[in-house]
Amino acid sequence: MNIYLQLFTTFFKIGAFTFGGGWAMISIIEKEIVDKRKWIEREEYLDQLAVAQSLPGVFAVNISVAIGDRLKGMRGSLAAALGTILPSFLIILAIAVFLTPDVIKNNGVVSAVFKGIRPAVVALIVAPVISSAKAAGISWKTAAIPAVVALLIWSRLPVVSNPILYIVLGGIGGYIWFKRDQIRKEAGR
Amino acid sequence: MIYLKLIWSYLKIGLFGFGGGYAMLALIEREIVGPGWVSEQMFTDIVAISQMTPGPIGINSATYIGYVAPDMAGYHGILWGILGSVICTVVVMLPSFLLVSYTSHFITRHKESAYVKGVFTGLRPVVVGLIASAALLLMNEANFGSVTRDVLVSISICVISFCLVYFTKIHPIAVIVLAGIAGFILF
Repeated sequence: MNIYLQLFTTFFKIGAFTFGGGWAMISIIEKEIVDKRKWIEREEYLDQLAVAQSLPGVFAVNISVAIGDRLKGMRGSLAAALGTILPSFLIILAIAVFLTPDVIKNNGVVSAVFKGIRPAVVALIVAPVISSAKAAGISWKTAAIPAVVALLIWSRLPVVSNPILYIVLGGIGGYIWFKRDQIRKEAGR
Repeated sequence: MIYLKLIWSYLKIGLFGFGGGYAMLALIEREIVGPGWVSEQMFTDIVAISQMTPGPIGINSATYIGYVAPDMAGYHGILWGILGSVICTVVVMLPSFLLVSYTSHFITRHKESAYVKGVFTGLRPVVVGLIASAALLLMNEANFGSVTRDVLVSISICVISFCLVYFTKIHPIAVIVLAGIAGFILF
């Protein structure tokens, strides 16, 4: 089989069977790409994974683009990314055609079901707040940073409620912090 | 022109969506609920649908919003919707192609560098704040109701769902299904 077609079908399978987004995909991609297809070495996969995680955008797209690019350049990354998104694109499009906002609002049963689901969705987002805070090593002392960020975004005030502002500030802040550290170390030498 | 606005918004989401699907939600909410393309309830419903179908939230929401936003803006009909879906989905992926091809060598080579580490260390607490802000934004009347009984039922569903997700190994999809059944019985 043509390598582009192989890339497409492999990532199509991954896209079609992983629920819950990118993080669930990591081990499945590893199994397919490293163990089964032997397209890249495990160590290189971990490198690509680090790149995909640190870049913005949809993680699943990033990792498929990275692997496709590594194997066959731009055309390879197109084949892989298309495979990844096509299953969800088709499924969501089908849902969007039939489950329109009007149906959700006006159909008694659907409306009641969604009224129950909405508070559960909020709970699904609260849970990763705590787990990601633990993973990021946030202590009671440093918790002020995410707390202030969250409250300001929530405030809907002009300018300060823009999430992009904090992404830029966080990156620049981290850079300056490490630079100061570096200069101190060199001065102490 | 709704399509140009969608392109601009999804370009921003693709370019600044750091930290995974949940962290992207605050950005998506601001870009699409802000201009009134979808209601607050619809936004929550999209997140729920994304959770129950395969694929990442960033793609699922782009496809869905691309379909419904033109309709809200007066472009009725299935073809306008599909056009919007294709545009949003392609645009949200676009930065990935450029960034991965042009920066992956740089990041791999400098991943041990203090500066690169510094940038990502600085982003970490921000990502936590972004996820928390998405949770706060969704704790509203649109999702919890306005009548006292509705609010109490909603809060109970929320607390129970949280405990199930956080303290047990039960899958998020199962939690959504259970909450849907509870909604059917109680509302």
